Amino acid sequence: MHENLFKINEKEYILPGSRACQGCGLSIAYRYILKALRENTIVAIPPSCLCVLHGLYPNTSVTVPALNITFAGNAASASGIVAALTALNRPDITVLALSGDGGTYDIGIQSLSGAAERNTDFIFACYDNEAYMNTGTQRSGATPMGAVTTTTPVLTKKDHKKDFIRIMEAHNIPYIATVSPAYPIDLYEKFVKAKRIKGTRYIQIDTPCPPGWGYPAKDTVKIGKLAVETGIFPLLEIEDGKLRLTGRSNTLSVKGKRMPIIHYVERQMRFRKMSIEQLNQLQSWVDKRWNDFTNRADN
Amino acid sequence: MSEIRIITGNEAAALAVTLCEPKVVAAYPITPQTKISELLSMYVETGTLKAEYVRVESEHSALTVLISASTVGARVFTATSSNGLLYMHEQLHWAAGSRLPIVMCCVNRGVGAPWSIFNDQQDSMSQRDTGWIQLYCRDNQEIIDTVIQAYRIAEQVYIPTMVCYDGFVLSHTMMPVEIPEAAQVKNFLPPYRPHTFLDPERPRTINPVFFPWRRENAEGVLCDGYMEMRYKLQRDFDTSLEVIEDVNVQYTDLFGRNYGGLIWEYQTGDADIFVTGMGSIAQEATLAVDALREEGIKIGVVGIRSFRPFPKEKLIHAFSRARIIIVFQKAISYGNEGGLSTEVKAALYGSGIDAPVHDYIAGLGGRDVKTRELIAAIRDTLERSGGGDCKNKTTWLNCHRG
Ligand SMILES: Cc1ncc(C[n+]2csc(CCOP(=O)(O)OP(=O)(O)O)c2C)c(N)n1
Ligand code: SF4
Ligand SMILES: [Mg+2]
Repeated sequence: MHENLFKINEKEYILPGSRACQGCGLSIAYRYILKALRENTIVAIPPSCLCVLHGLYPNTSVTVPALNITFAGNAASASGIVAALTALNRPDITVLALSGDGGTYDIGIQSLSGAAERNTDFIFACYDNEAYMNTGTQRSGATPMGAVTTTTPVLTKKDHKKDFIRIMEAHNIPYIATVSPAYPIDLYEKFVKAKRIKGTRYIQIDTPCPPGWGYPAKDTVKIGKLAVETGIFPLLEIEDGKLRLTGRSNTLSVKGKRMPIIHYVERQMRFRKMSIEQLNQLQSWVDKRWNDFTNRADN
Repeated sequence: MSEIRIITGNEAAALAVTLCEPKVVAAYPITPQTKISELLSMYVETGTLKAEYVRVESEHSALTVLISASTVGARVFTATSSNGLLYMHEQLHWAAGSRLPIVMCCVNRGVGAPWSIFNDQQDSMSQRDTGWIQLYCRDNQEIIDTVIQAYRIAEQVYIPTMVCYDGFVLSHTMMPVEIPEAAQVKNFLPPYRPHTFLDPERPRTINPVFFPWRRENAEGVLCDGYMEMRYKLQRDFDTSLEVIEDVNVQYTDLFGRNYGGLIWEYQTGDADIFVTGMGSIAQEATLAVDALREEGIKIGVVGIRSFRPFPKEKLIHAFSRARIIIVFQKAISYGNEGGLSTEVKAALYGSGIDAPVHDYIAGLGGRDVKTRELIAAIRDTLERSGGGDCKNKTTWLNCHRG
């Protein structure tokens, strides 16, 4: 099944007046996620930009039910929602835990790992803007090497980002995917598919962020596309252990040519202090991962 | 007919929970609580308890699961002790702020470092300001009855409720317990009605960011700010004083056992010397009182069952003829004194009762508290003070201070 733009659910679930920044990659992704999951959905929210996007009490711009919880517990919160829905015999509701990279890679990893190990019947989506944006762009376990953040202000981040896809793969869950708001049809299709699968489904969303990454708000889609074109963010799906590259990443693996990472890096102020050495290391990191994925790919 | 069984405190708690039919249970092992979660796992797996049991990876997650399950509309339960309770700290506040009638057993145990698996009440007392009702039990019969009462109380005032009892002293010690009849419990405990629903039919964002001031909603109605929400929790704690008393009266009518509600009294009729405390140490003090009364000392016990809400009015009334008050407690507020002494003194301030309040720290980390030690401590207090001198003096009972 391949959807096109005309097949995407026309209904809007986020009304005008969200609190996100202009050009926010999360807003675009969230809009398509809710279109894919539709109204019978409950969203679990940790403190993050998503919490702010939802608005200030007593008003919200989002028309699906949502529950805020503390930073470390979003996957446990979703587990509680799922358990209660099961106990109260309401199996038709999709439960989505949507966390930032901090709420996934760092403080949220324990409850996510527990929920995934129990194969809790929910979708955990991580919108990865590669830093703690809500508190002012501090480094996270998802920040790439060479990025300036407010806690790596001079020397930049020294370590590579955690490979969270591999961490989630090690949990043997039925569905893993990566998506980007720059490719909304691919994103939409993967969430529609995830909705139909039982058990823990993990989806990672590349989330360009104008203020955090340092690029003009109009360039969010462009930056998202460059992440895919350079291979730093491959679009893929892993179902029952089988990896498949999707969309533009699949085309690139078959016949295209990946762009060097410099084209992605040079457009973002967060990389302004990156050394040549770091750039080379980042390129090798990207190449190795890309080769791992394409070698494994079963397209 | 209700049946009598010889069981431990933990078994009493697990049976009480089963009678209350929670829909979601989540717990994480820690001594001396563990047996409750093991028993509940078994009841769920054998179908005795029809509930979802979420085998979480931490206490933080245990309470998180319950917060969300309770918001969806399920009655819920967990149990913990010591560092497990402390690991929940953030969620204790979240549960109370969300106004969820979660019931938890805290099987009281000392807190590390250094490690101790044995009993004191530092764990729950250090969580005093998290917005939970805290009820302390004296024996296993009171545990089974208090858990049932706790659901009634919590679901009436929408405040989470902790049922506290002493680790090992009660949790692992057997006594005959009358098991309430299931039909009667059903009668006593109406089904849980959530105050807010997490439901696609009625979409809303629950617990978003609040601003310091009140704000209008889309219809122009002025809605609560953060401070109004806090005020309402405190206001409902005031209401809970009556509710706890009321529930005790109704429970007594149905089941024939009376725990006094907020406080209980023993031999206080003619007393002018009062011993007070919470849980098993207060029960132990009744034995000390029996012995001292034989010598003609007019002494009685006021047991504090509800630490939060703190029953100020009740205590003023109970202590109205007090000449001397002695507090035995299994916790310390470092840099000051035993927390319960501070609370008792504050309650009496301005009441006209100016009895000295003697502060005893006892039984930390499971140090045995024998009746004869309580008797000696009371005698010593009476000789020492005859009335006045107790300012800033905390006595460490049965503790080497070399
Ligand atoms: C226990 C706890 N520690 C710290 C915070 C402060 N805090 C709130 S949001 C946030 C960063 C969130 O980062 P991420 O998950 O990446 O989401 P983003 O803000 O980038 O959308 C932090 C550190 C908190 N709310 N709770
Ligand atoms: S900081 Fe970034 S992720 Fe957060 S709302 Fe703004 S653009 Fe979106
Ligand atoms: Mg982030």
